[in-house]
Amino acid sequence: MTDNIIEVRDLVKHFPVRVGVLFKRTVGYVRAVDGVSFDLKRGETLGVVGESGCGKSTLAQVLMRLEPATSGTATFEGRDILKMKGGELRKLRRDIQIVLQDPYTSLNPRMTVGDIIGEPFEIHPEVAPKGSRAKKVRELLDVVGLNPEHINRYPHQFSGGQRQRIGIARALALRPKVIVCDEPVSALDVSIQAQVMNLLGDLQTEFGLSYVFIAHDLSVVRHLSDRVAVMYLGKMVEVGTEEEIYEHPTHPYTQALLSAVPVPDPELRNQRQVIRLEGDVPSPVDPPSGCRFRTRCWKAQDICATAEPELVTRVANHPSACHFAEEKSIVP
Amino acid sequence: MTTTRSEVDFEETARVPGAPLLEVDDLFVEFRTRDGVAKVLNGVSYRVEPGETLAVLGESGSGKSVTAQTIMGILDMPPGVITGGEIRFHGENLLKASSRRRREVRGSGIAMIFQDALSALNPVFTVGFQIEEQLRLRKGMSRKDARKRAIELLDQVKIPNSKGRVRQYPHEFSGGMRQRAMIAMSLALDPEMLIADEPTTALDVTVQAQIMDLLKDIQVERNMGLILITHDLGVVAEVADRIAVMYAGRIVEQSHARDLYRKPGHPYTQGLLDSLPRLDLKGTELRTIKGLPPSLLNIPQGCPFNPRCPRVQDICKTEVPPQHRLAPGRLSACHFAEELISGD
Ligand SMILES: Nc1ncnc2c1ncn2[C@@H]1O[C@H](COP(=O)(O)OP(=O)(O)OP(=O)(O)O)[C@@H](O)[C@H]1O
Ligand SMILES: Nc1ncnc2c1ncn2[C@@H]1O[C@H](COP(=O)(O)OP(=O)(O)O)[C@@H](O)[C@H]1O
Ligand code: SF4
Ligand code: SF4
Ligand SMILES: [Mg+2]
Ligand SMILES: [Mg+2]
Repeated sequence: MTDNIIEVRDLVKHFPVRVGVLFKRTVGYVRAVDGVSFDLKRGETLGVVGESGCGKSTLAQVLMRLEPATSGTATFEGRDILKMKGGELRKLRRDIQIVLQDPYTSLNPRMTVGDIIGEPFEIHPEVAPKGSRAKKVRELLDVVGLNPEHINRYPHQFSGGQRQRIGIARALALRPKVIVCDEPVSALDVSIQAQVMNLLGDLQTEFGLSYVFIAHDLSVVRHLSDRVAVMYLGKMVEVGTEEEIYEHPTHPYTQALLSAVPVPDPELRNQRQVIRLEGDVPSPVDPPSGCRFRTRCWKAQDICATAEPELVTRVANHPSACHFAEEKSIVP
Repeated sequence: MTTTRSEVDFEETARVPGAPLLEVDDLFVEFRTRDGVAKVLNGVSYRVEPGETLAVLGESGSGKSVTAQTIMGILDMPPGVITGGEIRFHGENLLKASSRRRREVRGSGIAMIFQDALSALNPVFTVGFQIEEQLRLRKGMSRKDARKRAIELLDQVKIPNSKGRVRQYPHEFSGGMRQRAMIAMSLALDPEMLIADEPTTALDVTVQAQIMDLLKDIQVERNMGLILITHDLGVVAEVADRIAVMYAGRIVEQSHARDLYRKPGHPYTQGLLDSLPRLDLKGTELRTIKGLPPSLLNIPQGCPFNPRCPRVQDICKTEVPPQHRLAPGRLSACHFAEELISGD
């Protein structure tokens, strides 16, 4: 048996673009996720980075079975997530949980914290019989560093960081094996962000969790991830260990992303290599032919417009979807 | 090409020759709401000179934007009440100035850009019209000259195809372009001072880098004073000359950028730097600041940071720490600032 808890192959998710008021016509497709393959190993954290709109959240939604896939496969412990029904799907909904970015809108304001965290037990009563639920919720509050006495409070009585802890406690309730974190610390201030990141790290060790950790902050991703996947316009362009991606990036887009991150050290001002991309990310409705990054790439050649580069290992022992992949040291 | 400043702009000013460009002096602001009185600014002081970048750094709710809104004269009043202090622009106290005078200063003396360009731009007018309107009303330019100048401004902020873009509406611009358009608009009246409130927070990292480069270039070219409000310690390290760190409506540390990162002079600043995950290191456990920022309805006695401070002593719970001068241009509001700087 492999030690991959999740395996994704050629996953595609297109959203139709419809126009017309009465008679809607489909005039095209948003190619949000457009042929993505990766593995999540048991107990590891896979970081997923990329700019807004590149398909990170859509990928998470499809893995959670919150959105149907257009094509491709995704297996959880060897069984196809996309085909699950009935009891198998119910079990999946216990085993994979999601934590979302916005601690302000992802919690129901009219439910007490106890009800929010205990709600999964209503749907999966086998995990915690009725009499034991309050006790379980108190334990969960304690695990995520909240005061168990606050079980009857409402979300608005908590700060952003505390609400994020409530979301995490709820995700832990059913003892999942995988948690998909979609920008879980992006809305938080630095000092609170650090608290929540430490919490996620501790919980992983304690419960043997595997994480898919989606974020746009490359420093946050490096801190928590064992491996990292870089996405651009619905594709994965480079995948490697945390060290391979940050110390030995080979895809021009990864290099540009790393170069754009401001480093909190004034001594390094003007001493770093600067790569500035021109323009914005093109529309996912009509992505460029060949390599999707070619419209912003300083290395683009004729072949980049005609042949799509495969995500394979050419140099530096890890896969990169660039015809001219080569190592470049960016991080100081 | 820069146009000359119109004469009418600075009639009847009370400018003091040799005074700093902008000084915020011991500013106090409260919000009086149903829940009580929130003491949002509790003696904020900083100054900015031409060509200088002051970064105002702090977590959300620390009072960065309220300070900026008070400088611009756009504070929500009520519920906001200014209970003390002065804001001097070239030595003239703006808080005592007539509303006509304040309108004059806004835009041509001090301009401001915001995090959310979409809400700062009017969706029903073209980008060009919004720039031209200012030029016509405030500088008395003709329609034709104003259009010409608007195109120049869009060129300056590196919007490609500026001649076509002036005719477009804000929603036809991408996020990064809108931010550029807002910058162009803020530059229309050639301000001496620009306040940028989280100008890149909502943008992707590659676009953020483009916009910061642009702001920096424009500032140098025009020798403008720049107040950059942000919570991002990375952005600050790349562009600030000086830094003011805010906590619970006070400046807790002021310093040249290098000194602050090399050796923070306040336990809160130290805590912020320690909390930061690093791009160049795979970390294990991050050091954190325990607890939460205080409610401004009920700020702790003594040092406002004392419930979270790892170095807290008895005196911190009773006495508000004064500003200790650690070096020229370097202040810290901690009772033990000198020890912090000298220790290792
Ligand atoms: N329900 C939907 N219908 C149509 N288009 C959608 C839908 N959901 C997402 N999209 C589009 O799919 C693309 C990918 O979106 P997604 O939310 O996955 O991006 P993301 O990488 O999570 O971005 P961000 O960093 O902003 O969260 C975008 O172009 C988005 O507008
Ligand atoms: N119009 C308003 N009415 C009431 N409270 C306000 C208003 N504007 C800001 N505040 C409060 O003032 C404090 C400081 O806010 P602000 O300056 O916006 O913080 P930041 O440092 O994040 O920019 C916060 O507690 C905020 O809730
Ligand atoms: S394949 Fe070509 S366009 Fe794409 S990243 Fe490589 S060099 Fe650039
Ligand atoms: S005055 Fe006391 S509580 Fe405040 S920062 Fe200094 S040591 Fe900490
Ligand atoms: Mg998303
Ligand atoms: Mg603000």
